[in-house]
Amino acid sequence: MAVSQTRNLGLPLINLLRLKGVPILQQLHLEERLLRTSSDNWCIINDGTIDPTIVMGISGKPQELLEIESILRDDIPVIRRFTGGGTVIVDQGTIFVTFICNKDAVPGLQSYPQPIMSWSSLLYKKVFQGIEISGFARMIDYASCTAVVLSDYVLGDRKFGGNAQSITKNRWVHHTSFLWDYEISNMGYLKLPKRAPEYRQARDHLEFICRMKDYISRSSFIDRTIEAVGSEFLLRSAELEDAHCTLGSKFEPSSRLLRKQELGEAIFKSLTASQS
Amino acid sequence: MALRMWASSTANALKLSTSASRSALASPAFSLARSFSTVLEGFKYASSHEWVKHDGPDHLGEVVFVELPEEGKSVSQGNSFGAVESVKATSDINSPISGEVVEVNTKLSESPGLINSSPYEDGWMIKVKPSNPSELESLMGAKEYTKFCEEEDASH
Repeated sequence: MAVSQTRNLGLPLINLLRLKGVPILQQLHLEERLLRTSSDNWCIINDGTIDPTIVMGISGKPQELLEIESILRDDIPVIRRFTGGGTVIVDQGTIFVTFICNKDAVPGLQSYPQPIMSWSSLLYKKVFQGIEISGFARMIDYASCTAVVLSDYVLGDRKFGGNAQSITKNRWVHHTSFLWDYEISNMGYLKLPKRAPEYRQARDHLEFICRMKDYISRSSFIDRTIEAVGSEFLLRSAELEDAHCTLGSKFEPSSRLLRKQELGEAIFKSLTASQS
Repeated sequence: MALRMWASSTANALKLSTSASRSALASPAFSLARSFSTVLEGFKYASSHEWVKHDGPDHLGEVVFVELPEEGKSVSQGNSFGAVESVKATSDINSPISGEVVEVNTKLSESPGLINSSPYEDGWMIKVKPSNPSELESLMGAKEYTKFCEEEDASH
């Protein structure tokens, strides 16, 4: 039986790319390109992004999720990303950790949402071991009567990190945004989502989230994450130039900035919906 | 030609039958390989394992959004033509055959859950005019597909 070239000492190889302050749209484009055009495993850590930016999931409807008038007034960029899931507002206080893997990279892991989220929750358990942050919100899936890992990272019932994924035929990406710190005023740009996990219990953002900085330092979190990744993969340090070298030039990423005109049209949609 | 397939939840097997013939092509019993996750009408194959209710859990969960191509677009065997969103994940939908999209199910934009509730009827995604009918021969038959699924689940 042939041994995969990406394995050494029994562990799969992963390229570790450490970034700081890279704009979130650039990060998303990089992730999507690596997902679609690379055959390596990647772990990307982006320590903060420079400007406050709203990031919706692939099916996010601005009129339902955003306070659009405030966003237009304050010129806050709004991005629709290529993965599913909810809406976040990210800034310098956000730490991003992304895994982009071949479907056979992690032995025994099926490339479906639940197994991937379970796997990552176990990895982050190692990161937070011994620290007060140790909860992973679960919900009961009544259809199967099992406790399903929700993939929200919580302290008590307050969320400090959330993630989303995209799964292709042979690879998957699982990315997380961690609220190491945030601006209270920024949360005012987000509406209460219609679709939310039960444990949220209709709380608005400020009652629902918490800051990691109260429990762990920035550098400690990143170091512990790298250590946890190193327990499952053989780490190979990579630079941004390395990532760009492997990329196919024809690929067009789908994550994009919404135009102001689109946001304006969304206001119109919400007004007509409320009148009907 | 449209083949209709449905899963027997108790027997854990797939049954095939052909509808009124629409094509001169032979109509052997076949289904999609597990790696494909779509229902195509034109050839109405069974959708992937996550829509065939084995005794095990549903792998994708509730579909909340579907991204589909426009009419006239080409699809090619084994490659993605769209995506579904469920439980914070988008998953590619891969085409089992190559051809041209001749119709798209517009109901799915308002009711993406049809993919879960009615995968073999109202939850169809696209209709494809095949460009290479010999591709059908590379698809698995019902028994082979069932065995393939069982082996894949057992290996994890």
